[in-house]
Amino acid sequence: MSGPAPHLHLAVALDGAGWHPAAWREPDARPGELFTPGYWVDLVQEAQRGLLDLVTLEDGLSLQSTDRYGPDDRTDQVRGRLDAVQVAARVAPVTEGIGLVPTAVVTHTEPFHLSKAIATLDHVSTGRAGVRVKVGSSPAEAAHFGRRTLPALGSIDPRDPAVQAGLRELFDEAADWVEVVRGLWDSWEDDAEIRDAATGRFVDRAKLHPVDFAGRWFSVRGPSITPRPPQGQPVVTALAHQAVPYQLVGRSADVGFVTPRDAADATAIVAEIRAAQAAAGRAAETVHVLGDLVVHLDDDPAAAVARRRRLDDLAGAEHVSDAWVFAGSPAQLADLLEEWHGAGLTGFRLRPATLPHDLVQVTRGLVPELQRRGRFRTAYEATTLRGHLGLPRPANRYAAV
Amino acid sequence: MTKQIHLAAHFPGVNNTTVWSDPAAGSHIEFSSFARFAQAAERGKFDFLFLAEGLRLREQNGEIYDLDVVGRPDTFTVLAALAAVTDRLGLTGTINSTFNEPYEVARQFATLDHLSGGRAAWNVVTSWDAFTGENFRRGGFLAQDQRYERARTFLETVLELTGSWRGDEIVADKDSGVFLRDPQAGSFRHRDAHFDIAGRFDVPRSPQGHPVVFQAGDSEEGREFAAASADAIFSRHSTKDAGQAFYADVKGRLARYGRSRDSLLVLPAATFVIGDTDAQAAELAHEVRRQQVSGQTALRFLEQVWNRDLSGYDPDGPLPEVDPVVGEGHVAQGRAQVRMYRDPVATARQWRELAAEKGYSIRELMIEVQSRQTFVGSPGTVAASIDDLVQSDASDGFILVPHITPGGLDPFVDTVVPLLQERGVFRADYEGTTLRDHLGLPPVGVPDA
Repeated sequence: MSGPAPHLHLAVALDGAGWHPAAWREPDARPGELFTPGYWVDLVQEAQRGLLDLVTLEDGLSLQSTDRYGPDDRTDQVRGRLDAVQVAARVAPVTEGIGLVPTAVVTHTEPFHLSKAIATLDHVSTGRAGVRVKVGSSPAEAAHFGRRTLPALGSIDPRDPAVQAGLRELFDEAADWVEVVRGLWDSWEDDAEIRDAATGRFVDRAKLHPVDFAGRWFSVRGPSITPRPPQGQPVVTALAHQAVPYQLVGRSADVGFVTPRDAADATAIVAEIRAAQAAAGRAAETVHVLGDLVVHLDDDPAAAVARRRRLDDLAGAEHVSDAWVFAGSPAQLADLLEEWHGAGLTGFRLRPATLPHDLVQVTRGLVPELQRRGRFRTAYEATTLRGHLGLPRPANRYAAV
Repeated sequence: MTKQIHLAAHFPGVNNTTVWSDPAAGSHIEFSSFARFAQAAERGKFDFLFLAEGLRLREQNGEIYDLDVVGRPDTFTVLAALAAVTDRLGLTGTINSTFNEPYEVARQFATLDHLSGGRAAWNVVTSWDAFTGENFRRGGFLAQDQRYERARTFLETVLELTGSWRGDEIVADKDSGVFLRDPQAGSFRHRDAHFDIAGRFDVPRSPQGHPVVFQAGDSEEGREFAAASADAIFSRHSTKDAGQAFYADVKGRLARYGRSRDSLLVLPAATFVIGDTDAQAAELAHEVRRQQVSGQTALRFLEQVWNRDLSGYDPDGPLPEVDPVVGEGHVAQGRAQVRMYRDPVATARQWRELAAEKGYSIRELMIEVQSRQTFVGSPGTVAASIDDLVQSDASDGFILVPHITPGGLDPFVDTVVPLLQERGVFRADYEGTTLRDHLGLPPVGVPDA
């Protein structure tokens, strides 16, 4: 990429009552409504008011835990959640513009099912669907399926070659999963449905294609039962913290979420992803790299810092995250985003520390600030998520040229 | 006592009942079709909407079958979206117990029940064909004696998971900082020949406790499975005698499981054609049958019994003189109805005799044997037949299958429903909020602490 684009891309990550473990105790929090549709509709509509590119919805196939490898039996934090694909689908008919990106755990799920689910989300939202692929590395999660046992990677030194090899396997499987899902999205050509009354044919079967994928973990025949989604290829995203997942982003994703600690770190990560992208033969394709940040925001920076401290006190410990934790004013955050944008990131995925407060600070504080600086859109200029991200609608891999 | 009728709306499916060539026919994929269809059902105060499922595109003679509607969206995704554009209508999804895992299905139905405020239902089906299995990790094969066994234990496991939360665990008290009352909420352990799983379920108890459970299937095992575990059973017995026999049989099995006769509803699928008069409806019904069974479709149907390529035959000519091929492989794959013909040679003999007697061509015969609508007549006639069948214990109501997407339900809703309401046998408005309320089912119990 030649120099930073004038506009940056903005996403918000929604999870429970917010990303701070004590977020649910804030005065404006709605912890009793986390399992009601209205809660999610309100949040996504707020994000849409801020003209954000997309929201992601966290998910997992196990109860939340502070221990990555099993339940922690804690009772002072939010526990329980809804299937993210369905939350996105429930929100879709009452939103327009904003992209909807639920999380899918690839390790334990069927690529055939998820492919049609995301394709259907794209139909239901008329072109606003994406998916965040997530590897499930916890042995507790594996025990919910009973198909395989996973080693407790956390009990071993992460630099141990066996751990790295195990991780690589999970991510290789994830890459296969994405390959199958993408193949199934293309398994119907756009004009396969012909409804030709003269010949009595509903489809042109020459335009339906098996994917015939055979890999180490699964084989899938295809074609999909669901026609090609409006975007052709819904947007594939992944969160990545190190070399192995960076390769997944480079090979398979349209958007990578990364967790730099500063601008120099951002530059290094982006370089690593660009190298993986080139190695996968995708140098010419647009792959966005969005920096993740946990954000505590108030007009008065001191108030944001104080609020963060108050939440930490309630939680009984300082909130540490894989992502950089920011506390300050929207204007200060805009300064930081501009700096990191200049370091090579194409945008950001902000994780509101509390909901709805920090989301509203993003949409009504940060966004207007960035607009004033000429760094963010003032209206949706496209109707699809690919459109917001500047991704063209791709040609079908199976279509005869 | 006068029984109240239950009505459901089946979104038109991927078989020849659906007339896609009609000028009024719309998309089977776009959400607007589903929304319009569901809103018509809700306007008619229907109990629920029903979505079927098929996990591999059908094939015949080794090629994708292209004469019927092909393709459908994902069931859960559509139902969750429909929850946004309806308020009371039950949302029933057919979900396979062979190509899924209990943990995932349990959280999907619990989620749907939360997102719809207690309107989720699951039609549990079991499949075993390697053909469909080629799309999935686990493959498809399941020994015959294990098919219902897998479905039964799958359902049992899902209900254990959804029942692992009692419903009072979430306190969310901001002052004391207690979110969860019970540190072990959602704990489960299940071990049998099919599933060996343990851990913590991650969706708190949903409004209905668990989805309403439907079972479709007419076999001995299917009936027993329904009597043991289901809230409703689908059938295809739409004549009065067959319906009454089935109804008596299924209801008679309930006592063995300690269940009352009204704890399982019998809901056959039914098609309909409505006209201003009976005569006009009959004429219209004939026209619809001709649309449903083209010459090509008639030949493909015949192939499903003959189990051989008959593309060289003239659909307007006589039946083939060759006999059906009896054996393992089948020309048609991914289709439930081919198994209806257990003795194809005998079926072929009967059809030849019928065709000879009436002078039918292949197409005329297929229109005759394949495509009779359940209810044909004026609104008054249709309302009276439905009421009679329900009051005489041939069913508890019907799952209506229109032949046009998405507007095919409208005539029924606009003309027949008001007459059923006038008769006092169908609700004038929803009285409850959950699907269990609509179906008159008692609340799901909470296990003792």
